[in-house]
Amino acid sequence: MLPIQRRAKTFEEVNLGFSEEQALSEASRCLQCPKPYCMAGCPADVQIPKFIRALKDKDYRKAIEIIYETNSLPAITGRVCQVESQCEKACVLNRSGNPIAIGALERFVADLALREGWKAIKRGKLNGGKVAVVGSGPAGLTAAGDLIKFGYDVTVFEALHKVGGVLSYGIPDFRLPKDVVDKEVKTLTEAGVKIVTDVCVGRTLTIDELFKRGYDAVFIGIGTGVPAMLNIPGSNLNGIYTANEFLVRAVLMRAYLFPSYNTPIKVGRKVVVIGGGNTAVDSARVALRLGAEEVQIIYRRREEEMPARAEEIKNAKEEGVKIMPLVSPERFIGNESSEVTAVECVRNQPTYIDASGRSHPVPIEGSNFEVSADTVIIAIGQKANQLISQTTPDIRIDSDGYIVVDYNAMTSKPFVWAGGDIIRGSATVIQAIGDAKRAAADIDRILRKRNIGER
Amino acid sequence: MYKILEKHLLAEGIFKIKISAPLIAEKFKPGQFVVLMVNETGERIPLTIFDGDVAEGSITLVFQEVGKTTSLLASKKVSEELFSVLGPLGRPSAVSKFGNTAVIGGGVGVAEAYPEAKALKKAGNYVIGVAGFRTAKKLFMVDDLKEFCDELYISTDDGSVGYRGFVHEVLRNLVAKKKIDYVYAVGPVPMMKAVSDVTRPLNIRTTISANPIMIDGTGMCGVCRLEVGGTSRFACVEGPEFDAHQVNFELLEARLRMYRHEEHVCRLQEEGRHK
Repeated sequence: MLPIQRRAKTFEEVNLGFSEEQALSEASRCLQCPKPYCMAGCPADVQIPKFIRALKDKDYRKAIEIIYETNSLPAITGRVCQVESQCEKACVLNRSGNPIAIGALERFVADLALREGWKAIKRGKLNGGKVAVVGSGPAGLTAAGDLIKFGYDVTVFEALHKVGGVLSYGIPDFRLPKDVVDKEVKTLTEAGVKIVTDVCVGRTLTIDELFKRGYDAVFIGIGTGVPAMLNIPGSNLNGIYTANEFLVRAVLMRAYLFPSYNTPIKVGRKVVVIGGGNTAVDSARVALRLGAEEVQIIYRRREEEMPARAEEIKNAKEEGVKIMPLVSPERFIGNESSEVTAVECVRNQPTYIDASGRSHPVPIEGSNFEVSADTVIIAIGQKANQLISQTTPDIRIDSDGYIVVDYNAMTSKPFVWAGGDIIRGSATVIQAIGDAKRAAADIDRILRKRNIGER
Repeated sequence: MYKILEKHLLAEGIFKIKISAPLIAEKFKPGQFVVLMVNETGERIPLTIFDGDVAEGSITLVFQEVGKTTSLLASKKVSEELFSVLGPLGRPSAVSKFGNTAVIGGGVGVAEAYPEAKALKKAGNYVIGVAGFRTAKKLFMVDDLKEFCDELYISTDDGSVGYRGFVHEVLRNLVAKKKIDYVYAVGPVPMMKAVSDVTRPLNIRTTISANPIMIDGTGMCGVCRLEVGGTSRFACVEGPEFDAHQVNFELLEARLRMYRHEEHVCRLQEEGRHK
């Protein structure tokens, strides 16, 4: 880990990963279970004991080949996967509270492969099928990787100027350095994946136009794409950001390097972040690094109910982020120049356990108080972007605008699949990867049945 | 990728450039815009599409040099390329047959009034154009507008050409004499607000094209939000056109001021480099 004193001021990666020695020692602890529970906990189907075995034998090339067989983005998942609630939670050794650090091992192997330039993604023999992938986030890149392995001609369409979706615009460099994303993308393009930026499907091209251009199938992995707003007074005052805007400025547009990079970002002395997910915690840590004197997260439930990764909450607190649980915003107060100066909050009482398994917060009447703030970041979640559904009415969506799919991630429109946040709402990188893998397998199954390219 | 095919100086600080962008040319409808980056370290800025040519695969943009990014864009030469151009974004203009219409442009907004005037004319409307400029030196596109306007009025702040004063005053005189069914206004926020104030008491349907700060232009960041009829709306995906009488102009103006200081810093840095 980067020393705490340095951390809070730099965008350098906080977690430095394993040394070879650490990796080998950790790998040697693996029991090589004949029935590996860890794998059942991995949506990317990584053959965990097998790659750890190769790693233990110092056959690193073999280890990365095993990983790449099922996961095209291991340097990314090795960093941002919620391992504590997936593979590591399922690890037999977790019964004694000390599971194998699977994520860190995956990262060790993936980083080594990227450093050494080992080309481990093998393009399948071209089968004549053409697939369009919409969105270049974790879902899109995973679908593209699997389809290339199956032998398809794959083109990824991305609306932004940069590839990676949330990996590039959302997750800050201190958790996921952008050169890692770039290298992982390069591994895919070297294996044959074509990527076209500056194409917003739904505006520049429609799904039907993709079919007209000769694609046999389309995978939609566009993420959520619209920030949820708090409909409380003062939400449009200056100094109030959506987390999306804040992170897009800082991470995608590199505003922390302003004015060398031309996109500005304004962070005041006192920052309040509203929300309890990874996005909220990331925003808080970015604000701290951009020079805020005080950064407070206000969260409506109990601290232990925050959906953010425990490790990142711990990191944030070590860096100086404060967390105020059981508090909700009521309104924003501004000055005569329409700049925010404070957030009026109310304290909550945790009550019954709701459908999410967490306590339902109820405001305590008369407990209102003000928190002064010159910057507020709203990180309360996402909503579904409607640009594709508006222009493709035959794709069924639910009442919230999310695309409806079957178990194989197929939509109501023939030859169109979807995965990631646009089918499930705000979720995780690894869930998006799992969806994309199911979709890619189903695309392959259906297109092969149709003798590919003959629709 | 996005090669500059032509570049013209229309008036002091106002440029027209034609860019190769076949996919956008094919799709573009009046009222839509692009978000572009001049280079990799640049900002993403929205610019209204002035015209498109499907056969040539090109779009034309008109812009005014006001800040770092537009200056950088103005410094680009024919055959140089832009780093990124995304579009067409936003909802197309809701053009139909209204009857007597007035299309009002202020400053560089005159360039955005042009495709609207053209579309309204083609839809069978009687089109009155009102184009406002600071001074004679800033005049541009008057002849282009004439082609699609049944009547055309020019105003300048200093009276060096046409009516001396503001476009909303011209409009006030017009509505006193003639029944007008629809007004479209595009330009600086105070101008759009003044136009809206003229038409509100008369209940004349009025549309403005909002010009907030944008980044991605696809609904993702929310920086372009404005208050319309008391609720937050995103100009990039729900606009850029809104019912003028519902828009909170004070807030729109305030949000445009958010980065004034940083624009200044960027400008200074650029000027330092030129010295």
